[in-house]
Amino acid sequence: MAREGTAGRTDRACIERPRVESVRTAYGETLVELGEEREDIVVLDADLSASTQTCLFAERFPDRFFNMGISEADMMGTACGIALTGKTVFASTFAIFATGRAWDQIRNSIAYARANVKIVATHGGIVTGPDGASHQALEDISLMRVIPGMRIICPADAPMTRKVVRYVASVDGPFYVRLIRPKAPVIYDDDTPFEFGRAIKLREGRDLTIFTHGFMLWRCIKAAELLEEEGISVKLFDSHTIKPVDTEAIDEAIEETGRILVVEDHSRIGGLFSAIAEEVVRRKPVPMDVIAIDDVFGESGSIDELLEFHGLTPENIKNKAKKLLER
Amino acid sequence: MSIEELKEIAKEVRKDIIRMTGLAGSGHPGGSLSSVEILVSLYFKKMKYDPGNPGWEERDRFVLSKGHAAPALYSVLSRVGFFPRDELWKLRKRGAMLQGHPSRVHTPGVEASTGSLGQGLSIANGMAISGKIYGKNYRVYVLLGDGEIEEGQVWEAAMSAHRFKLDNLCAILDNNDLQIDGTVEEIMDPYPLRDKWHAFGWHVIEVNGHEFPEILSALDEAEKVKGKPTMIIAHTVKGKGVSYMEGRKEWHGKAPQGELIERALKDLE
Repeated sequence: MAREGTAGRTDRACIERPRVESVRTAYGETLVELGEEREDIVVLDADLSASTQTCLFAERFPDRFFNMGISEADMMGTACGIALTGKTVFASTFAIFATGRAWDQIRNSIAYARANVKIVATHGGIVTGPDGASHQALEDISLMRVIPGMRIICPADAPMTRKVVRYVASVDGPFYVRLIRPKAPVIYDDDTPFEFGRAIKLREGRDLTIFTHGFMLWRCIKAAELLEEEGISVKLFDSHTIKPVDTEAIDEAIEETGRILVVEDHSRIGGLFSAIAEEVVRRKPVPMDVIAIDDVFGESGSIDELLEFHGLTPENIKNKAKKLLER
Repeated sequence: MSIEELKEIAKEVRKDIIRMTGLAGSGHPGGSLSSVEILVSLYFKKMKYDPGNPGWEERDRFVLSKGHAAPALYSVLSRVGFFPRDELWKLRKRGAMLQGHPSRVHTPGVEASTGSLGQGLSIANGMAISGKIYGKNYRVYVLLGDGEIEEGQVWEAAMSAHRFKLDNLCAILDNNDLQIDGTVEEIMDPYPLRDKWHAFGWHVIEVNGHEFPEILSALDEAEKVKGKPTMIIAHTVKGKGVSYMEGRKEWHGKAPQGELIERALKDLE
């Protein structure tokens, strides 16, 4: 079944100089809207509220915001306790601390108890940049994927972030939402719907399919255009929901293109590449490849330097795609 | 309910613990037996709740942070009517309502899923914070182990409870002085307990954790404290009531079998 996204701001001018917008601010502003609409929204942060932008909620609703200090484990447990009294709790910090430092609390206190906690973490991926390996979450998706029942969403831009935050607030139980530090190219307009578990198809194609998420989406759009110029037709999916992964989109990619390339700013172990590969091998193996972070720690650098180093550029995506077509 | 009646209930709860762990063939009798009077005080005297409506919004909450004392909690929950006693004998069996460690998804009356030590105080804090935000009058109780407080998260939570002035929260420390590998002093030495909790801004009370009048009076005192959380340090004996288990670390996580079950039940009569 073919599904068309209503997106596709793919005109050339836009690609060259994309309008960018902060997904973190989009998160903070949406929290404020939710706080206005609903009494049951409570927000926690671990001394990073200016970075995660939960400070916007804190200013507007000081009675429903708790700065838990630099103690992520305690924050997750407290979030669980508040949620178990029937409230909807958002808990935010950097992705590396949320998923690494507090993994056991997310597993045992929150997920096992099916507590209504939304973990919205910022600073996902290598694009966290100059702070280096200690702050670059390259394994957060893997860590969350293995927790039973955990649902994972990685929105690509600010308009989609607003919809995702509203969505997770409307559904009971735990979610992990991965946001990024830098401003993200705006891909979608406000009318593009978010459908949980359904990848958005940005391009129709027949030669290969690219799956990606988050910050890499704009670069994949650009890569697809470069490939098109060389006569290669690319189907492109924004897999914003990483768990559960969209198996219909995977089936479509297998049947219609027979080649799959996954591009993501995350370790290639356990992220979207793994999620898709796990399904592909069980369904109908087709040639696949990946551009992601190898089995290495990150390092300091500018975003462009780091993306270049790890091959997360439109040019490299194009080259990798062409090689995949030779297989 | 009189002290004599509470003592009688505690005796029956201890026998349940022996039978449950005996039938399961595994479990943690030592730290379950040390916490019996604390749990009986809470569920038979102090807390308000409705077994027919476990989700009642105004109920007092209890979090068993030392989740391995689940047999004691399960016995008490069944005796106050959260679920039939038959369930006790299926403890730790495949498909059972009663998991090896507490799970709120599986068991009516269980408020939080615990077992990975050090997490319950944070959860209890969250419940207490919610009570403060939304103007509810319920109280939150949480039972910690003395080995458990070696977990750093406990002290993060100790700071939070003080920071947010959680006077609707009362923690109880089952100070039986033993953990799996030895005495708590030998392993990590969390003493002096009173000074530590006091330094973290808590109101601290010390009681004999097997004497109902002392426990009940401490729980009443905690309710009157304003602006800070209360820690009741309950001095207890691991394996209390069973002669061959008392003060023996070997019975932390081992179930009695065969004639040892009979001997334990005889001790408890």
